[in-house]
Amino acid sequence: MSYKLPAFRHPDLPVNDLGYTRADYEGSISTLCAGCGHDSINGAIVRACHELSLEPHKIAKLSGIGCSSKAPTYFLGKSHGFNSVHGRMPSVATGAAMANRDLMYLGVSGDGDTASIGMGQFAHVVRRNLNMVYIVMNNGCYGLTKGQDSATADEGSASKKGDPNLFGAIDLPGLALQLGATFVARSFSGDKDQLVPLIKAAMSHRGFALIDVISPCVTFNNNPGSTKSYEFVREHAEATGTMDFVPMRDEITTRYQAGSMHEVTLHDGSVLHLHKMSDTHDPFDRGSAIHAVEQSRAKGEILTGLVYMNKDSTELHEVLQTSQRPLNALDESDLCPGSKMLDNINASLR
Amino acid sequence: MKPIQSVNDFVIKFANVNGTGSASANNLFAKALFRMGLPVSPKNIFPSNIQGLPTWYEVRVSEKGYLGRRGGVDIMLSVNPQSMAQDIQELESGGYFIYDSTKPLDLRLIRNDVSIIGLPLTRICNEQYKDPRQRQLFKNVIYVGALAALLNMDFKVLTECVSDQFKGKEKLILPNIHALELGYQYAKESFDCPIGISVRTADKVGDKILLDGNTALGLGAIYGGATVVAWYPITPSTSVVDAFEKYAKRMRIDPGTGRHNYAIVQAEDELSAIGMVLGASWNGARAFTATSGPGVSLMSEFLGLAYFAEIPTVLYNVQRAGPSTGMPTRTQQSDVLSCAYASHGDTKQVLLFPSTPKECFDFGAQSFDLAERLQTPIILMTDLDLGMNDNMSSPLAWDDTTRYDRGKVLSAEDLDGLEKYGRYLDVDGDAICYRTYPGTHPEKGAFFTRGTSRDEYAVYTEKGEEYEKNMHRLMAKWETIKEYVPRPEIVSCGKDIDTAVLYYGTSEESSREALAYLAEDGIDLDAMRVRSFPFNKEVEDFIDQHERVFVIEQNRDAQLRTLLMAEFELGPDKLKSVLCFDGTPISARNIRKQILLHMPGHNVTPLHPEKVASGAGE
Repeated sequence: MSYKLPAFRHPDLPVNDLGYTRADYEGSISTLCAGCGHDSINGAIVRACHELSLEPHKIAKLSGIGCSSKAPTYFLGKSHGFNSVHGRMPSVATGAAMANRDLMYLGVSGDGDTASIGMGQFAHVVRRNLNMVYIVMNNGCYGLTKGQDSATADEGSASKKGDPNLFGAIDLPGLALQLGATFVARSFSGDKDQLVPLIKAAMSHRGFALIDVISPCVTFNNNPGSTKSYEFVREHAEATGTMDFVPMRDEITTRYQAGSMHEVTLHDGSVLHLHKMSDTHDPFDRGSAIHAVEQSRAKGEILTGLVYMNKDSTELHEVLQTSQRPLNALDESDLCPGSKMLDNINASLR
Repeated sequence: MKPIQSVNDFVIKFANVNGTGSASANNLFAKALFRMGLPVSPKNIFPSNIQGLPTWYEVRVSEKGYLGRRGGVDIMLSVNPQSMAQDIQELESGGYFIYDSTKPLDLRLIRNDVSIIGLPLTRICNEQYKDPRQRQLFKNVIYVGALAALLNMDFKVLTECVSDQFKGKEKLILPNIHALELGYQYAKESFDCPIGISVRTADKVGDKILLDGNTALGLGAIYGGATVVAWYPITPSTSVVDAFEKYAKRMRIDPGTGRHNYAIVQAEDELSAIGMVLGASWNGARAFTATSGPGVSLMSEFLGLAYFAEIPTVLYNVQRAGPSTGMPTRTQQSDVLSCAYASHGDTKQVLLFPSTPKECFDFGAQSFDLAERLQTPIILMTDLDLGMNDNMSSPLAWDDTTRYDRGKVLSAEDLDGLEKYGRYLDVDGDAICYRTYPGTHPEKGAFFTRGTSRDEYAVYTEKGEEYEKNMHRLMAKWETIKEYVPRPEIVSCGKDIDTAVLYYGTSEESSREALAYLAEDGIDLDAMRVRSFPFNKEVEDFIDQHERVFVIEQNRDAQLRTLLMAEFELGPDKLKSVLCFDGTPISARNIRKQILLHMPGHNVTPLHPEKVASGAGE
């Protein structure tokens, strides 16, 4: 039994700056259900990484437990990955990021993994502003255990089993904003045009970047009555705006209509072009973002796109003032104070 | 009544109220005796509370160098009315009861077989000081001054200790010395000094140091190259990380950039703390966490993942009496089983049992080499007694030629020369496979870390054969581990004897002393101190060589004995238990008494009554 993708590729696949084709960013064949939203997100990750010309081996993929957490096998096959413990991916990511600040940390989680069992760790990784991208593949149900409602299922929403959910949903972008997240976005697995630039922007953000991606579960939660079905999300998604992401290496050639465009330069020199849809929502103002999330909820809409971004955020390594050289690259000469120092300590203990 | 007469050999206990500043005065007393060349072992017996509850400080002074608890109290210094009735009962017959005589002693408390010495501490303070806080703090210093006279301590050494203690806060030195003098003068004038118990300068400590095990562990982690520390506050382990941070600030900040060659993250709970350790270790940093029993319970799921995914993990467990709402400030060795088999599925974890601060330092540093070499969790099992009390110890030592053993890790060049990389492939036949760090090579060496649903190449599979094969390899690795972990220390009595004792960790000192008592009783026993799990061959051989082995430990369920029985498939008759689990360190007298119960011809009636305390003293 092998899950490896066939090696054959079209000879004319476009290559990026590193000479890699998109195939170089793919993983094993997905074993998720046909039509699963998660696979679209995997595709968006592959596309974003390819277009950003990231070195695959400089990305570490981390996940918890669940359908979503299996997903990292299906993209970035040249990257190390870590399928950890249910709800505990943030702590593993924190430790990993502390060990080597030079890699990019891509966390993949689900709604059960994040909003229930992992709520504590999620809250604290946001609070610490760990430099990572945190994608929630949010389908409102527990897929691997056959469709129980999760904490992000809307009140009254009914999964395939038919019983309406009795409890209100935890809104992850709203929660992350309250906790002080410095990059908050929501998207839909069926909207790659929106999702790909969001992933790129999140990857260029210095600090914690949450993308909550509504990702319908075709097997257990894609029925009429569910608010996480393809049909419902398509009908109720309300974008904050459209956006393009220009990596720092690229020359900006596209011309945008003056007035509707917001141009933001990120810390690494990348540029985000944001075409705002709403006059009232300013995604660079936290208060405005919190208001927008609340407004959309009240209207029964699903707010998608960039919700909030603080491009000058201070990430954990800066807070802790850790060495610019990765901690895992330090050796005895950097770390061990030597016998003389110990003699002094002994002398002070007599 | 014959008052105890003794020079350089006694037990004194201070009964205080916590939060009144008694700790530093009591430390001063112990340190001064240490500097007079006397082996001391001070032990804090304190409540889980910040202010107002009874707390005790017991100091063993033994020119012979016995550092464990002896049992019994010769001098009780009682300044806590709450516990006075209990405290006076604890004294040995012939002992000395020293109390604050500002208020007359309750006549019902008086025992006519002890000497009673009143020091009007409150009155002296009220006369000398206006500030209530000063009245309270100096009361403690005054009784230390009085003890100096009563016990014939070297007053100069005491004042030097004060000067050292307040280095950097010089204006506190003179007032403290003044307070010492107040006590000294009062005692000199009021009593016939010294009393029956006294001290004299000796030369019995050599180059030894006085240090708590937790500080030694923190230093061990610094020297061992730990860079990532993740932890959650829990008594009695908190001071491990405090010490790491203290020394890291001194020795791990790059002088050029001011940047830190370490990262300490106070986690939201123990699950997160151990998760961070796994993440950091997986990514090639040396990382550790420190916790105690309840924390280990929370870390248990991750410990299983670390075992199966073979991720180096260092965990310092400073054991205490269980459970969470148990006795967090009392000592025990009661996590042996929960750590040895921590987690779900078939798991076995490596344990180290240090018994001195020196060994905390050595094992603390060595844990990282072991974890990386063996690619598995290393759980260092210390306890509150060793961790939070100053213990007399050999000085810490470091060989500057030491190179960290980073274990089997492939570099980019290694990978270039490799046809196919298998993370869980046993290439060398020692069942330890090769790791790669993330980011090493653009094309080779990447894999997806998960528990067991994978083959030798880390490719996903749920095949039973693959699972079994992996589990067999982990057992083979367990055999390899036995070659690496610290070997036991065996002390033969030099005679052909079929009975032995076996102990570990902080039971060592009391066991050593108990063996000396038993030898005086005509009972010679071989002894072995176990220093690690899995048990090495020497442990097995030692047990094989004896008909009967007493296993001395500080828990109810004879946890190490259970482990020995399970691992060596021994019947219940061979190993006998000697146990103490009241939350205080096991005493030599207690061990002797329990062993004697099993000895033919020795019934419970003591042969040397002068060595046996009243029940409370054991």
